[in-house]
Amino acid sequence: MKIILPFFTVVLIACLVYGGTRYLEGHILFGIIVPYICFALAIVGFVVKIVKWAVSPVPFNITTVCGQQKSLNFLRHSPIESPASRCGVFFRMLFEVLFFRSLLRNEKVELYGKERRLIYGSDRYLWIFAILFHWSMLIILLRHLKLFLEPIPHWIIMLQSLDGIFQSHIPPVYISNVLVFIGLVFLFLRRLKRRVMYISLPSDFFVLFLIGGVIVSGMLLRYVYRADILLVKAFLFGLIYLNPIPYTGFGTMFYTHLCLISVLIAYLPYSKLMHMAGVFLSPTRNLRNDSRARRYINPWNYPVKEHTYKEWEEEFKDALKEADIPLDSEDKG
Amino acid sequence: MGKMEKPDEMKKAIDLTPKKGDWMTPEVELKKGTYCYGAPLKHQKYLELPNPREWQPHDVDWKLPENWKDIILDGMAKLLKKNRAFKLFMDICVRCGACADKCHFFIGSGDPKNMPVVRAELLRSVYRRYFTIHGRILGKLAGARDLTVDVLKEWFYYFYQCTECRRCSVFCPYGIDTCEITMMARELLNLVGCNIQWVVEPASNCFRTGNHLGVPPHAFKETLGFALDEIRDLTGINVEAPINKKGAEVLFIAPSADYFASPHWYTLLGYLMLFHEIGLDYTWSAYASEGGNFGLFHSAELAKRLNAKIYAEAKRLKVKWILGGECGHMWRVIHQYMDTFNGPADFLEVPVSPVTGTKFEHAKSTKMIHIAEFTADLIRHNKLNLDKSRNDNWKITFHDSCNPARSMGLLEEPRYIIKNTCNHFYEMPENTIREKTFCCGSGAGLGADENLEMRLKGGMPRAMAVKYVKEKYGVNMLACMCAIDKAALPPLLDYWVSGVEVCGVHELVGNALVMKGEKKRETNLRGEPIKGDSKDTK
Repeated sequence: MKIILPFFTVVLIACLVYGGTRYLEGHILFGIIVPYICFALAIVGFVVKIVKWAVSPVPFNITTVCGQQKSLNFLRHSPIESPASRCGVFFRMLFEVLFFRSLLRNEKVELYGKERRLIYGSDRYLWIFAILFHWSMLIILLRHLKLFLEPIPHWIIMLQSLDGIFQSHIPPVYISNVLVFIGLVFLFLRRLKRRVMYISLPSDFFVLFLIGGVIVSGMLLRYVYRADILLVKAFLFGLIYLNPIPYTGFGTMFYTHLCLISVLIAYLPYSKLMHMAGVFLSPTRNLRNDSRARRYINPWNYPVKEHTYKEWEEEFKDALKEADIPLDSEDKG
Repeated sequence: MGKMEKPDEMKKAIDLTPKKGDWMTPEVELKKGTYCYGAPLKHQKYLELPNPREWQPHDVDWKLPENWKDIILDGMAKLLKKNRAFKLFMDICVRCGACADKCHFFIGSGDPKNMPVVRAELLRSVYRRYFTIHGRILGKLAGARDLTVDVLKEWFYYFYQCTECRRCSVFCPYGIDTCEITMMARELLNLVGCNIQWVVEPASNCFRTGNHLGVPPHAFKETLGFALDEIRDLTGINVEAPINKKGAEVLFIAPSADYFASPHWYTLLGYLMLFHEIGLDYTWSAYASEGGNFGLFHSAELAKRLNAKIYAEAKRLKVKWILGGECGHMWRVIHQYMDTFNGPADFLEVPVSPVTGTKFEHAKSTKMIHIAEFTADLIRHNKLNLDKSRNDNWKITFHDSCNPARSMGLLEEPRYIIKNTCNHFYEMPENTIREKTFCCGSGAGLGADENLEMRLKGGMPRAMAVKYVKEKYGVNMLACMCAIDKAALPPLLDYWVSGVEVCGVHELVGNALVMKGEKKRETNLRGEPIKGDSKDTK
């Protein structure tokens, strides 16, 4: 159920677009209207979510410290794992966002053998495949910029030729295309493991299938059902500059790819995919561990009911006298 | 607890692979030994907590207020607005499962709902149902659940099965901190009066008398007196322990267990001997006679109410700065919350060691330093005459307490002290120390006797690491710097390891400290003959 339903949802979306453009002349609908609606949903959702996060304050400094604090000068401070400065936080976030620092720590625990010894082993598979997946995705996105920029910046062309360096086919097979697919398959297979399955929701699979659909349709578009890149570019420019060209001559695979991407970005702000933005705001990572050196302000700090010394002394007066502990009320000096 | 399983059986029963199915159906079996009792009415009333009543978790009827659902959902809406971390952590988890086998309660119990991700999902599912569009429309398909009494019971069970140790947050790629989520869940549970005795009673005692144990001022003075007598017997030196002394340079605040429980007691002796030896001008306070803060395990508000005494007392006594004893969550409050709660402490001065002149710039705002920082600095400047051999009875390992490690980064100071006071120090495996340290299983208010089975399960990974160094190096002493550890680790080790005792770092200091004018020490602070080849000092 967790898997089948999301799978068929994605298949259904793809079929609708495919059938709609092939048999029902739905080119305008799927080429222009759906992308516009999805894009609008994405923008609104994204902005709303970010604003909601941004306006809710961070009342306390709750850094998760992963290294030695900055205290005595003869003890070696860990400037990135326990950042005391903005610079330290910058590098901590940089490593977290670009290289998934925390995930790199991952280890697995097992109760081993007849004695059931508790053992730890490093477990970097998730890290490796997550890195493969995310970096390939980034490269693919950057490559796609060539469709939106004119003239195409030099670095994109460089990136593209690097990515296609193993030119055994024409058109060249991009390394990123292969790796993103491998990464995705791993992420899927991993979800099937009993423990990960237990924590998975249908939406976790939905995202995988949807991205899978985007990748597959994109690859088909590139290697099998080729579209004229110049026409595509003209068409996309039309969309961007709010002057859509009602061109209907692309193959169905183009519309399928376009619509799956549209659905993906529309779904993004309402889903766990927001981790891409959220990670930057995570208070356990983006704050300095300097809360004793610099007062951290809670904007909604409010007075609370206390048990004051005076009340306390009044209540324990006899006991204090008996114990010969000095009293404020009898302090004549 | 007569029917407790044997350690082998308990270990054998653990299965880290969940059965088929998922966590969506709320069900909870309140098995004796795995949950804490409800808070007594008297203390609920004293602290003026919501929905006060006599109540036990195993009661069928929890006597919730009529509109309990609205209270909780309303509370949730407010918390989401007040705390970005909460909102963010509800939104961005991708359920990768990297946190799963990082939780000591999951490793020790195999209960899949103890995986940090699922613990959070218990709350997230309700968030999705009432606060997100897709959850409202898609319901169960989107992982959303209605808020029912069963869900509430499940929250109670599992959010009082998290010790807020923050180990999972070290491994989470987004820094999602289950401690924060547990705190929010407990805030919500409090709104309808569901809290436990082991949190509310100490908090109420602390609010009234000044310390968790409810020790009144005369008894406080008396017990410090006993400690002074013991030191005199041991060293022949008359040591003083001033109380509520106005104008002292330093206010010293320790967890109350240090002066009322064992083996904490020997750490207390260590403090007193150290302060005497360096001639520190300091005072204890009978009003702020508690460093710990069980309010933290209840709500931010209660934490602030209890914490307020420290600065108030420092101001009243006109001290220059504050020194804090060996404690775990106390230091989370002092390091990450106190200045925010009750600061600015502009009536105090930046702490300066009167012995070495070191200015503790890292505490220049809070004006409170940890005794390990203070002592490490003394040792570094050669201000203490230490005879390591007096700790030769022991092969020592060090347990990083969760809060000083992961909320503060106090990793090297205690090690520096131990290495300078002992000859035999061995580290536990690196997956189980420093920022990856394992909880004792009894933190965050879960140290109740009635919860012993769960505590032993949760403490299993820590105990196994101790067992490892015991077998490998012959370790027989586990040093630590947390009052809850000192209370929880002895029974834990008795159960899993046996033959390893627990001590505080300043007990080691007290043993090794060669005091001016002391008589020859025949025994250590525990009264055990010293085995080592002590250099005979005058």
